[in-house]
Amino acid sequence: MSVATRRPAALNALILAFLAIWVIAAAFPFAWTVWGSFKVEADFFSRQSWWMAIEGTRTQAQTGSAFTLAGYEGAWVQNEFWKAAINTLIVTVSVTLISLTIGTLGGYALARSGYRYAFWILIAALIFRAMPHITLVSGYMLPFFQLNIWGVLPTTIIVLVAINQPFTLWMLHSFFLSIPKDLDESAMVDGCTRFQAFRMVIIPVMWPGVITTGLFSFLLGYNDFAVTSMLLAQENQTMVPKIASFLGSIQNEGNVMFAVAAVVSATVPLFILVLFFQRQIVSGLTAGAVKG
Amino acid sequence: MPHRTFFVFIFPSILAMVLFITLPIVSVVVQSLFVQHEAVLITVENCDPFGCSEQTRIDTEAMAKLEAEQPLGQFAGFANYLNRNHLAVDEIGAIFADNQGLGDIVSQIFNLPFYKALSFTLVYCFLVTPLAMALGFAIALAVNTLPALLKGPTIFVSILPMIITPLVGSLILAWMFNPSGILGATLQSLTGDPTLSLRASPALTWIVLLVYGVWTNGPFSFVVFYAGLQTVPQDTVESAKIDGASRWEVIRHVIIPHLAPLATFVALVQLMDNFRVFEPIVGFSAEANATSLSWLVFNDLVGQDAQLFGSAAATSVITIVGVLILLAPVLRRTWREFNQKAV
Repeated sequence: MSVATRRPAALNALILAFLAIWVIAAAFPFAWTVWGSFKVEADFFSRQSWWMAIEGTRTQAQTGSAFTLAGYEGAWVQNEFWKAAINTLIVTVSVTLISLTIGTLGGYALARSGYRYAFWILIAALIFRAMPHITLVSGYMLPFFQLNIWGVLPTTIIVLVAINQPFTLWMLHSFFLSIPKDLDESAMVDGCTRFQAFRMVIIPVMWPGVITTGLFSFLLGYNDFAVTSMLLAQENQTMVPKIASFLGSIQNEGNVMFAVAAVVSATVPLFILVLFFQRQIVSGLTAGAVKG
Repeated sequence: MPHRTFFVFIFPSILAMVLFITLPIVSVVVQSLFVQHEAVLITVENCDPFGCSEQTRIDTEAMAKLEAEQPLGQFAGFANYLNRNHLAVDEIGAIFADNQGLGDIVSQIFNLPFYKALSFTLVYCFLVTPLAMALGFAIALAVNTLPALLKGPTIFVSILPMIITPLVGSLILAWMFNPSGILGATLQSLTGDPTLSLRASPALTWIVLLVYGVWTNGPFSFVVFYAGLQTVPQDTVESAKIDGASRWEVIRHVIIPHLAPLATFVALVQLMDNFRVFEPIVGFSAEANATSLSWLVFNDLVGQDAQLFGSAAATSVITIVGVLILLAPVLRRTWREFNQKAV
């Protein structure tokens, strides 16, 4: 492109330097923590020099090798982090599937209805989307105690689905708007019911939108701390509240490394997700921005 | 679409939102008017070989009965809103009546838990949002000049801080800023102050939390602005250049106006999200120096002795009012646009 070739060398250098600093700022904390999670605490939180974390001086002295799995063993085996991982899997998968099922139905209806109430529902959803989750949680706790449904996974799943709905509705609504009305109308002329047209004609062309929205539902369920930490009993905790509870109990015993290992373990699925779905995540944010 | 079909399709969504968003808001408002029961005390006489002594303790049986009868606690009207932990009306009055100048007023008000949280929430919200947008815009411009081969990996790395679980992200940075962590130790040696730490310095705590905020929010603006840059009309850019516009003038007069609607959207979303800042306070264990409205609610709910539902609910209601004030301009604009469309 002609614009690119005319850029002076100094400006180019400036741009590259800026990007290099940003890339380091974005990636280094992760790299550092992953590296440090294989060391002992005296190295990762070294009072003498951070160079010890790189060489693993103390790790060598304490375990006989420059890398140790002690943190991971402590978190996953001793403190049963695997239970939390399974709970997270159950919660996020259920939240994603249920959100998408009821969200596609609702989003489709909103996109195809020209009536005033459809607009009002979208506005209400926008307001709900802005509600801080923790304020809603303080509304749930007492009723849930009274109904005796506090502390279990299904309650949390339903709550997360509901909190997720406003966003899901908006996003799917804008995806459905981009599919021409003629498509379902001609299917209905051919004898389909509304639901058949939705399931057999619209959904097959909607897959990209559904997958993108699903990714964000997944992220919401996975990243949540406010809801899961308040609504789950200790034995049902998912990964994020479990990590938070590590901080309270483990820091005193000098085993911060369990928490570091748990944090790294919880980050890995997100890395994989971005690796495979980078395009969808980017396009999803853009779609929300451009249309919503 | 006929009304009936519409409602059949949307019913599950609406049901979920009414049950778990609308009702909790109602429940919060109701709860905020109640306080937990006062402890029922009974005095028992303990006699042992050395004599008798009177002991006052909480009558757990009577408490349980009371709680079963009135789970909400006792009605308190607006007491929750006005007490020391919330709007602190009496305390504010006292501060204004008796103080040593403006600085003293500010520092005394800052010591009240609600105003301490409110001030950090607002500072975080209104500093992080523009700074993160500026950072995102700069990254978007820079990435746009990269050769295609480098774009993919750069975008991959750039969205990591956004996608990361907020609690996990703040923990990762908190460990690095720990006095024995890499950044904390470096800061100490750079400033030559061996006692410098997040715990000891409120100013450093605020700065680090703001840095975290920009770090984690910047990528969202980046992604949106980067996508927006792809749609900038190239003819306009070319003709501006032919007319002698410099690189900066093209950005200022062509690109920024083109991205303005996107920027409004980003600002709105970011303000809403930053207003509920919560996880970083927990992750950085910053509560001694910086708290937020969401954190206050959380703190009441995980209370050491008893969960203060009334107090948490009052803070929640105030927070919701804050969100509505933030949203008001958007709602008004959407409303106007819709009416124009309808006419």
